[in-house]
Amino acid sequence: MIIPRVPVQHRRLLPEPRLSGPTPWVIAILMMLTLLAAGAGVGLARAAEAIGEAIAGRVTVQIVTPGPAARAEQAAELRRSAAGEPYVRAARQVGQDELLATLGQWLGSAGGDDPVLRSLPLPALVDIDLAAGDRAGQLARLKALVERIAPGARVIPHAEWLGPVARLIRSLAWIAGGLVLLMILASGAVVVMTARAALGTHYATIEMLHLIGATDRQIARLFQRRIAIDTAYGIALGTAVAAIVLLLVGWQWSRVTSGLAATASLGTGGWALLLALPLLAIALAALTARQTLLAALKKIL
Amino acid sequence: MTGAATQRAGGAMVEFDNVGLRYGPDGEILSDISFNLQPGSFYFLTGASGAGKTSLLKMLYLAQRPSRGIVRLFGEDLGSMPRHRLPGFRRRIGVVFQDFRLIPHLSARDNIALPLRIAGVSEEDLAGPVGEMLSWIGLDARAEARPATLSGGEQQRVAIARAVIARPQLLVADEPTGNVDPEMAMRLLGLFEALNRLGTTVVVATHDVHLISRIDNAQMMRLEKGRLSDPTGALRYPPNRA
Repeated sequence: MIIPRVPVQHRRLLPEPRLSGPTPWVIAILMMLTLLAAGAGVGLARAAEAIGEAIAGRVTVQIVTPGPAARAEQAAELRRSAAGEPYVRAARQVGQDELLATLGQWLGSAGGDDPVLRSLPLPALVDIDLAAGDRAGQLARLKALVERIAPGARVIPHAEWLGPVARLIRSLAWIAGGLVLLMILASGAVVVMTARAALGTHYATIEMLHLIGATDRQIARLFQRRIAIDTAYGIALGTAVAAIVLLLVGWQWSRVTSGLAATASLGTGGWALLLALPLLAIALAALTARQTLLAALKKIL
Repeated sequence: MTGAATQRAGGAMVEFDNVGLRYGPDGEILSDISFNLQPGSFYFLTGASGAGKTSLLKMLYLAQRPSRGIVRLFGEDLGSMPRHRLPGFRRRIGVVFQDFRLIPHLSARDNIALPLRIAGVSEEDLAGPVGEMLSWIGLDARAEARPATLSGGEQQRVAIARAVIARPQLLVADEPTGNVDPEMAMRLLGLFEALNRLGTTVVVATHDVHLISRIDNAQMMRLEKGRLSDPTGALRYPPNRA
């Protein structure tokens, strides 16, 4: 049982009211940081996974043949031919207007109708999604196809330039996981110190209880209950604050719809993990307190 | 076991055989202690301050294991007794401390009820004995008072009530009259004598030699520099209390 049942008359053996010491507050802070780190970790891990999936088979072919008409013709031919290949899942020619709109965002000309922008010699782009399978072989065959249709065109696998970003995000997710582990250990240490401090504070009472025949389990249950309740208060407080922060961040995140940011979310499993963490923390605190108390009591005859 | 101890060991409630006790690396504070306590007897343990009375009592009420020798309580060797069995034995021993050691945030009633609660007696069943005990020590009216609001004598009576409410077979009292006036000392001694008449073995540590003469058939042990003497011979040849 996480919080042991102790008769009311026995509970009075420990005098202080709850939330009298620093333990609930320290636990609340640690729990909040744990949940925020866990939330960040889950979000980053899912983002890394989403990016990984998105870039794994995506290739962009950049055709730089002189003459806009020739470029457009080669791009259309490449799209058609690629779409007919068995190792290609989808092929799409990026429209000129789409390119101009994207460049317009960077060059300060909204809408892409700037005459200067339109005068730029833009390459023709074809996005190709490869089917699952031998990536190296597929790329080699695609390059051969590109070379045949549009000599001199560049084949750019997205994994080459987005891969390091995905790896960085994955590393950050692992760091967040490490922080969660460290904070759980720190919380355990706080519980151990609290249990030992409680034994020190109430040593005279414990000695008396021992002398009149109380067992270690009876004494441990008294303290375990108090520590578990104090810890549960701290965990509840920390969880509430973390939930507010996570919901606010989630709300702000949901308004970011472009780029890599759009790939990050907690998902059902992530939220379930965040909800399970406080319950696990209470159980861990109660177990830690119990083991600490029993170990300490064994040192007293 | 020494000759005297062997002679009297049969049926003894407590047996000490060549017991020594030391704290840390220093020399023994108790050496070569051998005696037996017979059921239903009344013993005084005397000696100057620092003679080792409290240390000897600690072994009697299972707060301390001997450094050497054999201590048997209720026929069982304390030295080899596993720790988890100690609470059962402690419930058969009542202890009265010189400094009372009442739990300060509990009322007199709750302090007295403590041994019964620890033993698992229900609130319904312990209400009667606790009320009787409060009447016996004359503190009915102060049942809900905290120890800090009680006088020294009242606190000592609560401590005695706590020690005896579970009807222990052995009652150990460490300087129980040290903090009370002579009149209260005699009243407390009367309580011990009454318990002894009910069959409880009583051991009272005191340096007040005047108390000793007040109890008929009481036997005396004397500690001097950590060694036990038997000036009256009562330990070797205890009077028949039948």
